[in-house]
Amino acid sequence: MTELFANVDWADIWLATLDTLMMLGGSLLFTLLLGLPLGVLLFLTGKRQLLEQSAVYNVLSFIVNVLRSVPFVILLIVMMPVTKFITGTSLGVAGAIPPLVVGATPFFARLTETALREVDRGIIEATQAMGATTQQIIFGALLPEARPGILAGATVTAITLVSYAAMSGVIGGGGLGDLAIRYGYQRFETDVMIVTVVLLLILVQILQMIGDRMVVHFSRK
Amino acid sequence: MIDFIDVHKSYVVDGRQVPALNGVSLRIEAGEVFGIIGHSGAGKSTLVRLINLLERPGRGSVLVDGRDMAALSSAELRAQRQQIGMIFQHFNLLSSKTVADNVAFPLRLAGRMTSREIDERVALLLDRVGLADQAGKYPAQLSGGQKQRVGIARALATRPKILLCDEATSALDPQTTQSVLQLLADIQREFRLTIVVITHEMDVVRRIADRVAVLDAGKVVEMGPVADVFLHPRHVTTQRFVQEAEHVDDADQYDAFSHVRGTLVRLTFRGEQTFDPILGEVARQTGVNFSILSGRIDRIKDTPYGQLIIALNDGAPREALSRFVDAGLTVEILRE
Repeated sequence: MTELFANVDWADIWLATLDTLMMLGGSLLFTLLLGLPLGVLLFLTGKRQLLEQSAVYNVLSFIVNVLRSVPFVILLIVMMPVTKFITGTSLGVAGAIPPLVVGATPFFARLTETALREVDRGIIEATQAMGATTQQIIFGALLPEARPGILAGATVTAITLVSYAAMSGVIGGGGLGDLAIRYGYQRFETDVMIVTVVLLLILVQILQMIGDRMVVHFSRK
Repeated sequence: MIDFIDVHKSYVVDGRQVPALNGVSLRIEAGEVFGIIGHSGAGKSTLVRLINLLERPGRGSVLVDGRDMAALSSAELRAQRQQIGMIFQHFNLLSSKTVADNVAFPLRLAGRMTSREIDERVALLLDRVGLADQAGKYPAQLSGGQKQRVGIARALATRPKILLCDEATSALDPQTTQSVLQLLADIQREFRLTIVVITHEMDVVRRIADRVAVLDAGKVVEMGPVADVFLHPRHVTTQRFVQEAEHVDDADQYDAFSHVRGTLVRLTFRGEQTFDPILGEVARQTGVNFSILSGRIDRIKDTPYGQLIIALNDGAPREALSRFVDAGLTVEILRE
């Protein structure tokens, strides 16, 4: 064991794992909190929807597309001054979360919009016919009906965040990715690289499993 | 009471105005079952959606109990919509809610009842539509007929005065259609509902409607009591609907009778006279011989009717015809 992973400092690995989990948890939380309303807004202002507003939709859609088309590595660097303004540092876990949120929110918002579009129009119509307010339609019908789709989107987003979080090692973001870059890549310590990659793989597997179970649990079709 | 006053509606498709309704005027009386029949694209779905303002009229107005729906504030509109139940071809139940929660949904939206009152009302409604034992299931676990029963219970939850049925039985098999129509007829009597039925099947209209309007290309081409329209269709679209329902083709039928001798007459019986021995009596009195070439005896809603095509020979056919008229039958001479 010691022979095989000669360069691996398990305490470091443990700390890096915790960092990764914190980055993931923090960024996922804010991504969901921001992305869900943004997705709902995209959906509602879209063509032939409840609050059709093509100007609003076009602006939101454009911003989302711009953010999604910027490679995450670039976003990490461009965001550094903003990050420093928000969290006081552009390093470590705290420094990684703002760019992660900015990178993943548009992605999750699009997935939410798509999930909402999958909701049968007839259900919206039926709810309208009952005399529901727009707010009641959103919270009483749309979101519950789209829940499996939104959860599936959240799962994909969480996994994307794992790989984004690993990339944030580039700006000294900490976590397993940081370890992989500094030791595994820059110092040619392949064993460190392998251990971190395996841990990330396990993390992704767990996330996917949890996501799938939630989707199944909430699917009534 | 629902009034359509010269209603026009068109949609913009690919930048062009496509008319859906072209000046529809009709009145649906309180407490009646009013059928609106038309082929797909005739505008009937648009027509029914104008009643609860899911669609806005382009020109003209729709009055429900004398109030112009399009002129209501959004709060008034929501209150008015709670007075108008609606059921759909594809049921439109919320898949994420149980049967009981689906029925409770409009009550929760209205927000005027305690959850205990809601539970009681839901139990009552599910019992009424025969689904008391399915309360905890999800719509995906139900058959089509059961789903539509949930739809009916949901539509009745807020005690509406009007029930709109948009092709409510079109996705159901014939037997289930029967039982759903029976349920609709029963609750109509029970709650003195005004029901508006949109359909492309004459059979649905025949079973439950009191009056019918035939819609073709955005216009009402024929309207009247179902028995009149069904037994004596005047417009070609109506005739086609009736023939579809009867599985007959009038033209073919006359050709088939071309070699039959005598006077060809179509007799229409309505109500209890359907069961009277009028044919035999008249034949005996006037000495005519008759042969029945085709016929149907059935019910329109609760009224029995019979319609026969007969050939009269010998005796005094003229005299026989006037006796048929005297007996209250409708007589149409198809060939002298």
